[in-house]
Amino acid sequence: MATKKVVPLIIERSTPGRRGYRLPELDVPEIPLSQLIPEEHLRTEPAELPEVSELEVVRHYTQLSRLNHGVDVGFYPLGSCTMKYNPRVHEDVTSLPGFAALHPYQPESSVQGAMELMFNLSEYLAVISGLEATTLQPAAGAHGELAGLMVIKAFHAHNGESHRNEMLIPDSAHGTNPASSAMVGYKVIEVPSDDRGGVDVEALKKLVGPNTAGLMLTNPNTLGLFDENICTISQIVHDAGGLLYYDGANANAILGIVRPGDMGFDVVHYNLHKTFSTPHGGGGPGSGPISVSKELAPFLPGPIVQKEGDKYVFATPEHSIGRLKSFYGHFLVFAKAYAYILSHGPKGLREVSETAVLHANYMMRRLQDVYYLPVDRHCKHEFVLSGMWQRDMGVRTTDIAKRLLDYGYHAPTVYFPLIVDEAIMIEPTETEPKSTLDEFIEAMRAIAQEAKEYPENLTSAPHHTPVTRLDESRAARQPILRWQKP
Amino acid sequence: MSEKILYTKEHEWVVVKDNIVRVGISDYAQNELGDVVFVDLPELGDVVEEGEGFAVVESVKAVSDIYAPVSGEIVTINEELEDSPELINESPLDRGWLVEIKVDGVAQTGDLMNQQEYEAFLKGV
Amino acid sequence: MRYIPLTQDEKQEMLDVLGIASVQELFDDIPEHILLDQDLELPEALSEAELVKHFRELAKKNSDLSSVVSFMGAGAYDHLTPSVIKHIIGRGEFLTAYTPYQAEISQGVLQSTFEYQSLIAEITGMEVANASMYDGATALAEACLMSCAATRRELVVLPSTLHPEWQEVVKLYLENQDVQIAYLPYDRQTGIIDPNAVGGINWSDVACVVVQQPNFFGLLENAAALGELIHEHGGLFIMAVDPISLSLLKSPGELGADIVVGDGQSLGNAMGFGGPSLGFFAASGSKLIRRMPGRVVGETVDTEGKRGFVLTLQTREQHIRREKATSNICSNQALNALIAAIYLNVLGKVGYQEVGMQCLQKANYFKQRLLEIEGLSAPFSAPSFREFVIQGDVDWAEINQRLLEQGFLGGLPLDGCGLAGHVLFSVTEARTKEEMDTFITLLRGLI
Ligand SMILES: Cc1ncc(COP(=O)(O)O)c(C=O)c1O
Repeated sequence: MATKKVVPLIIERSTPGRRGYRLPELDVPEIPLSQLIPEEHLRTEPAELPEVSELEVVRHYTQLSRLNHGVDVGFYPLGSCTMKYNPRVHEDVTSLPGFAALHPYQPESSVQGAMELMFNLSEYLAVISGLEATTLQPAAGAHGELAGLMVIKAFHAHNGESHRNEMLIPDSAHGTNPASSAMVGYKVIEVPSDDRGGVDVEALKKLVGPNTAGLMLTNPNTLGLFDENICTISQIVHDAGGLLYYDGANANAILGIVRPGDMGFDVVHYNLHKTFSTPHGGGGPGSGPISVSKELAPFLPGPIVQKEGDKYVFATPEHSIGRLKSFYGHFLVFAKAYAYILSHGPKGLREVSETAVLHANYMMRRLQDVYYLPVDRHCKHEFVLSGMWQRDMGVRTTDIAKRLLDYGYHAPTVYFPLIVDEAIMIEPTETEPKSTLDEFIEAMRAIAQEAKEYPENLTSAPHHTPVTRLDESRAARQPILRWQKP
Repeated sequence: MSEKILYTKEHEWVVVKDNIVRVGISDYAQNELGDVVFVDLPELGDVVEEGEGFAVVESVKAVSDIYAPVSGEIVTINEELEDSPELINESPLDRGWLVEIKVDGVAQTGDLMNQQEYEAFLKGV
Repeated sequence: MRYIPLTQDEKQEMLDVLGIASVQELFDDIPEHILLDQDLELPEALSEAELVKHFRELAKKNSDLSSVVSFMGAGAYDHLTPSVIKHIIGRGEFLTAYTPYQAEISQGVLQSTFEYQSLIAEITGMEVANASMYDGATALAEACLMSCAATRRELVVLPSTLHPEWQEVVKLYLENQDVQIAYLPYDRQTGIIDPNAVGGINWSDVACVVVQQPNFFGLLENAAALGELIHEHGGLFIMAVDPISLSLLKSPGELGADIVVGDGQSLGNAMGFGGPSLGFFAASGSKLIRRMPGRVVGETVDTEGKRGFVLTLQTREQHIRREKATSNICSNQALNALIAAIYLNVLGKVGYQEVGMQCLQKANYFKQRLLEIEGLSAPFSAPSFREFVIQGDVDWAEINQRLLEQGFLGGLPLDGCGLAGHVLFSVTEARTKEEMDTFITLLRGLI
């Protein structure tokens, strides 16, 4: 990541008349356009797309790629995002035409292998969650939340309890939880956290009631802490007639160790792009399957794959909420997650979580003397520090994050969860070698030292990145969101 | 009526002139928000209820709802803010004002704090 | 384990630092009675070679379009995809990055997304586009919800010529927010909505009217007229468009659209049994732009005045606005959007038009050849682009089975839409005259 030169926009490389791709010659008799489509439908001006050669396209994107960090480039301890290694063999097997070149409406008889894969993955996810049935349709975690909440809503309505319109959400929750609740028309009731970082059980008791639709929980939560009172919590919510929703973004801590179903959860979403190592792609695609209990299974969005004899068929559950997305979901992403589960097996998955948790605890203990640790107990696969001590030296968590970029690391997640001031959320994952963890720890310690001695090194960071700190205020005040026509 | 500045607990300020109440956000509030990048103001003629969120002030990473300190009709909005939201940072008590609300009769400002009271209030935040 | 590098010695060193005897102790805070005391019931781990073999075996149970010639579309299209795409997106810097939260080391993703937004804005004729949505259907559902928020109205008008699955998705999203839906019927003769026959709706209550262009039957709607109608009543005009058709067709911007959505699969993305593709979302007008769902990249400068890109207008989003956010979307379809951008760039101004032109010409050729077959007719009279409906008193599902045995994937039977004996064909630039002629010969033998 050396280059300091600005890479031009591809439109700025455009030269009239240049071509990057050739189609086969048209092999049917050409009919004048105006005879096929009436004038009033036709463009008068062609769209101004770039005119570049294939080499220029390759160079352009190669140059851009060199300005970007990725798991392949270096450590990426972005908390809550599980930036683990993405095995390359998954890219190979899922680009086989037997998967990549299937039309979604082919007759079922011609896609039995794809359906078998979907069926198996659905089963595996149900096993891992300790629940009954799975739909693979949701496109990402947030979409899974939407699906799960709609299922909960439909379940209550089916039981004549449509008045249940309150969703309880801890103040430590991810923003998608309240946002998804609002999208299904629920009122969000915020539940405070206690001083061990978990749900404040006494407060919860007061907040549940006849209108409680359910509780959304991440466990381990966004502080990376397992909620020890989980069984009490689920009892309280169930007793009030509500259901429990498990935000599976943090499932990397629990594979083969404890199942959400056994904790009392009724719905679970997975982020296949986190726990099951499908590449994050610069922001997506993800995939957010949900598994649900037996009572909720009839409400799942359809279609889902079922097995009849030795044949796989698409079916829609009896009281299905309907359809949440075109076709069946992100099939090529499922295929990678399926490969991941198969290449780990039950023991391997458990080892994934054990190692992820060991790594996080090791790092936490080696950093807690230089960064404030708000809750001092074993963490799970990630932990949250606070830059409060550094703030007193005039250095904010943003500055620490930016300085880490100079060391060649991606920064941790910062300013989340909202309940920790100056939060720094670190998730090392299981795939990093110990030497990387140690180097990162040393960098964090060096930065803490710098904060004391040369705070301006931090407040003016980053210094060694392709661009220096960018003016976000300017971008938001006078938004420039597309290139101007040349 | 005097034109002295009064504050709400939500860190807004008001200046009352007859039945017109000018509203803005305090220096403390703009400082907490950081660089203001966008202000969403109500339409002229909108009627607002005391305590109702009627405008939004945004920085890059935070959003602040502005609650009506009095009930009444929006009669003037600070149009300069559309192109120059940074006025709220540069001049929160003057050029960065938000709207003027016309109240029925006399504005009820009994609950509001004067400068000294507000400063004492800030110490407790 | 293959992807876990931790050695026994290293593990011991870590346990020593933690002052514990085993990793198990780190799970002490989980109530004991819920801890699993046995392995998950999953198959044992496969080696890489075994995994590849398993996938090959599964793949063999599918008939894929590398050997089957497809005339099926209906939302997923068999276009030619330049080889260069897979090589670029295979670069780890794109593939293994996440959302560009740290802009200074994410300029690759940010700039390429900015370029993607520009390309989408350009082909749709809109002011701005966001960084992507899950797919076309969810993009449309969000556009409808956004219209309701922007107009403070709670009635959405959908065309009955909208893709049936999209109708289902929109319905599900809207009914969860108690938004009402009214449907515009289509004219059985033309196959499109008749803008003069849209009575029975109280237009001043309508948040938005949606037009799909081309519609589910591949036909061109009279979009401008519907746009004018809704604008007269203060509602918004949403167009759901096919991005390939925009190479030839008037842009939604020219037709007065306020919001434009669509599915980007046809822009270089694999069909992949239906996903992942991407939804695109574009809008005009600064008020609407601030209500858009999803991430948006904007241009700015660094402290040295150099051009750079950042995520912007973030106060719309869930991580800041929480339950008041414009949408719950977080992860999007960044890599698929990158594919779409590479596709448009490598095809370029002229190539893009040629693809559209070839689809149109070949679809027309194929349609005329089909109509030569006795018993087949064209039920709809409106002009079409890449897809069209054919009618014949035959069992198309049965015929498709027989065609598949010969290596052809026929059109989509429309019985599900209440159109028995109707079938929807799609022809892209990837089809050759020879393939079409062979198909016609086979079909003649089957009818
Ligand atoms: C705790 C938590 N919940 C939900 C989500 C949303 O998941 P996605 O981005 O896949 O929609 C995230 C992702 O960032 C998360 O960290």
